[in-house]
Amino acid sequence: MRDFVLKRMVALVLPFVTMLGLYVIFHGHLSPGGSFSGGIITGLSIIAFNLVFGTERGEEKISERLMALIESFGALWYGAMGLVGILRGASFLMNKGAGVPVGQPGSLYSGGLILLITLGVGLKVASTMVTLFLELMEEED
Amino acid sequence: MGEFGSRIVQNYPYVFALALFAIGVYTILTHSNLFKKVIGINIMEGSIYVLFIAAGNVRGGVAPVLDLANSDLVYVHPLPQALMLTGIVVSVSVTALSLALIMKLYRSYGTVDAREIARLTRLGNEVGADVTSGS
Amino acid sequence: MANKVAIVLLVCIGLVMLVAISELPLYGSPDTPAQNEVAERYVHGTLGDTGALNMVAAIVIDYRAYDTLIETTVLFTAVIAVFMVLKKGSTGKGEQG
Repeated sequence: MRDFVLKRMVALVLPFVTMLGLYVIFHGHLSPGGSFSGGIITGLSIIAFNLVFGTERGEEKISERLMALIESFGALWYGAMGLVGILRGASFLMNKGAGVPVGQPGSLYSGGLILLITLGVGLKVASTMVTLFLELMEEED
Repeated sequence: MGEFGSRIVQNYPYVFALALFAIGVYTILTHSNLFKKVIGINIMEGSIYVLFIAAGNVRGGVAPVLDLANSDLVYVHPLPQALMLTGIVVSVSVTALSLALIMKLYRSYGTVDAREIARLTRLGNEVGADVTSGS
Repeated sequence: MANKVAIVLLVCIGLVMLVAISELPLYGSPDTPAQNEVAERYVHGTLGDTGALNMVAAIVIDYRAYDTLIETTVLFTAVIAVFMVLKKGSTGKGEQG
């Protein structure tokens, strides 16, 4: 998996794949996609880097400890977003009924809490993919 | 017979889902390699996604993303797509855990053939079997 | 031998399911029982209730947010289970003499 042509082509393509994944996560409320598919695309770009360039260089760029931290943080972030509804006087996980400002439909800041929750779930799914891959991979040189 | 045939031809996505399901079951039943059985489970889950999402379609409908310019579009049913997202996540979790268990079996028995592992289990502590591993 | 039994079984079950498929409502017609008031509520109420344009994202994160919360817990549990199964230092070849 360490071919010369493969390394050059993947180094050309991977920034665009990561950008696409982050775009799908950020525009989850405006265009088809959302948290799960955007998270999987972002996770796959990191997995491709680990496959082609080896796990040592992948460990330098994005370490396994950071992935585990992001994963736990994503689950806690969702619970914290749900508590916003309680702090404002409505029930758990309320979006518009709790008075969260809903901007103009069609712009990036619309939807209230949907953007923040999409970010949390997207990062969590990406880190899950990378953690499962690094755990199941036994390398043979 | 003509009515029966025409209804089946018009319900072609359900026939496709049935064919995928049958292929998945056949894969699980005939191959003895454990990895191929996991792939068969994934094929069966894929057929269920096709069945549910095709049940909410309307002819002439567009994807369920609101278009503020046109105000008289017919949208397909968005609910099965949301439910199948949950199903896809469950499928990923089941596949990951089963692959981890296959790796553990390989470390214990030295093979990923289901019949071979059953034979080794029946024979007791033979070559490669470490049944009382003590974790 | 096992292959033939499997094929015969699958053909029988497939024929029964084909009869069931012919009784299902026709694919793509707008008067199936699936297009009831639930679809109306979700399609027409998304912009007013949430302000998002993507109906599927609004359903997954706003209308049915509890399901997604437990969903992320399921993903987390799967990762923890994989970690526990593949702990280093457990099993190997039975070399104890």
